[in-house]
Amino acid sequence: MNIKKYLKIYSLFLQTSIASELEYKTNIIIDFITAILSLIGSLFLLTIFFQSTDNIGGWKFEQALIIQGIYTILNGITNTWFNPNLTEIVKHIREGTLDFVLLKPLDSQFFISLKKISPSGLLEIILGVALLLYCTGINQININIGFFILCLTTLLCSILILYSLWFLISTTTIWFVKTWNATEVLRSFLYIGRFPLNSFSFSLRIFFSIFIPIAFITTIPSEVFLGLAQLWKILLEIVVSGIFFIVSRRFWLFALRYYTSASS
Amino acid sequence: MEKNIIQVEDLSKSFDISSKEPGIKGTVKHFFKRETKSIEVIKNINFQIKKGEIVGFLGANGAGKTTILKMLCGLIYPSAGNLNVTGYLPYKRRHNFLKNITLIMGQKQQLIWDLPPIESFYLNAAIYDIEKYEAKRRIKKLSDMLEIDKELFIPVRKLSLGQRMKAELLASLIHKPNILFLDEPTLGLDINAQRNLRKFLQIYNKETDATICLTSHYMKDITSLCKRVICIHEGCITYDGKLNKLLKKISPLKDILIVCKTDKDAKELSNSGFTIKSRNQKEIIISIKKELIKPSLKEILNKFDIEDLYINEPPVDEIIGNILIKGKV
Repeated sequence: MNIKKYLKIYSLFLQTSIASELEYKTNIIIDFITAILSLIGSLFLLTIFFQSTDNIGGWKFEQALIIQGIYTILNGITNTWFNPNLTEIVKHIREGTLDFVLLKPLDSQFFISLKKISPSGLLEIILGVALLLYCTGINQININIGFFILCLTTLLCSILILYSLWFLISTTTIWFVKTWNATEVLRSFLYIGRFPLNSFSFSLRIFFSIFIPIAFITTIPSEVFLGLAQLWKILLEIVVSGIFFIVSRRFWLFALRYYTSASS
Repeated sequence: MEKNIIQVEDLSKSFDISSKEPGIKGTVKHFFKRETKSIEVIKNINFQIKKGEIVGFLGANGAGKTTILKMLCGLIYPSAGNLNVTGYLPYKRRHNFLKNITLIMGQKQQLIWDLPPIESFYLNAAIYDIEKYEAKRRIKKLSDMLEIDKELFIPVRKLSLGQRMKAELLASLIHKPNILFLDEPTLGLDINAQRNLRKFLQIYNKETDATICLTSHYMKDITSLCKRVICIHEGCITYDGKLNKLLKKISPLKDILIVCKTDKDAKELSNSGFTIKSRNQKEIIISIKKELIKPSLKEILNKFDIEDLYINEPPVDEIIGNILIKGKV
């Protein structure tokens, strides 16, 4: 793979999709307002939960805020990259425009996963980072390079797991044609990831760890942030994200054999 | 002899298609138990195409023309048979193969909707590893040929269908492909836009010696561009050869319009044993086998007082339409 070529193409993807989005200014402003209100709403919900107790599943309010911060970053990434691109896969397949993607001398997964970005999601990422920085203050966390690299690694693994899950579901469109609902279910699971894994019953915890690894997505990066994560958990997250990514890629290449292209 | 650039041997393709009975009962049944049938849409077809040829694929809706084009450009896996396009197996979609071909579909578009077409051109140029100055040169040349230099900077959504189609062509040709697969490229265009597009394709073919495979429901596209046609009926090839020969073979008759000087002559002529297609007072159209034209005309000119006379080919649309319905050549 020619990395220089892909970087050049990605910079063109960024240019064209930002230019496209800027054609509709009002839409961007509304998205920005929605992002702010959504974070305020989530924080309000969290304060209600902690009104009668100062501990949920072993997490204090200040610590639970970290999970909220990581969730906000992930949601921002979802809105910036996954939502505009991965939901489009369904459209590409239904309308047969995947033809144009497949006939380009370019990796098709790269093309359909990164072609567009929605700049409004970037605000959520900034808000999430700001919330995390605030949390380092109230939880008296020392930031050093090792800590920073570890946080970034687990966060990147979380992004990779979320992406792979979403991509896997979208790929099934090649057979089932319409899978909007399945990706909506995934979004609701991510919503669950705003709460500490320990606050769920044992059976639910097992479900969210094994079948849909939402637990890995928010809880482990939060534990790393608080210095509570054990090494095996971090390694496990790296392995799980790698496996998920490889499976999603293999599955995509396999599924393309069954692509029939919409009729003219 | 030119080399074969496309070779197809015993190519077949089957699709699994589910059918549904009408009404609520049918819908419920369809939801719980889907009955799928395997339908063979392409059946053991064989053909070769040489470099620089323009070949038209003719067939009724659902005959399998688009499926063949999509197998040739590598979008669909064949169920059986051998395919070779420029030395590659198309469905492997090797990057070197993809750089050699292009697919243009009249009903689907790849241009970025909210931006001027020039942005999509530069993006495509980067995807095909074309340097910026070279891309600029090619865009200039193609936009001059297509006469869309003014539209390059207007958002795609504001362009007319004809202008959009030209921009689509430019986006698809920026990498100088050797083979063009065109699936109904003139769909929905007005007469002038259709004519311009055909003119462009003729010049492009002459200048670059590119091979063109074309499907179209507009007969004018086929007659003005393709010397060779392949007729498809229910997934089988029913004719593969020169368009002229096909027309001669199917329609051995010519129409002769005769304008008689008097009503009496016209009346006598219509009762003289010729096959009369239509009569409007002094004007009569008769149908005559091509080989009998000379003696018949001699006879008519000797016997009757004729004011004027025209010999016409029957309309191509009519002839091709008959092939599509019958499926036989």
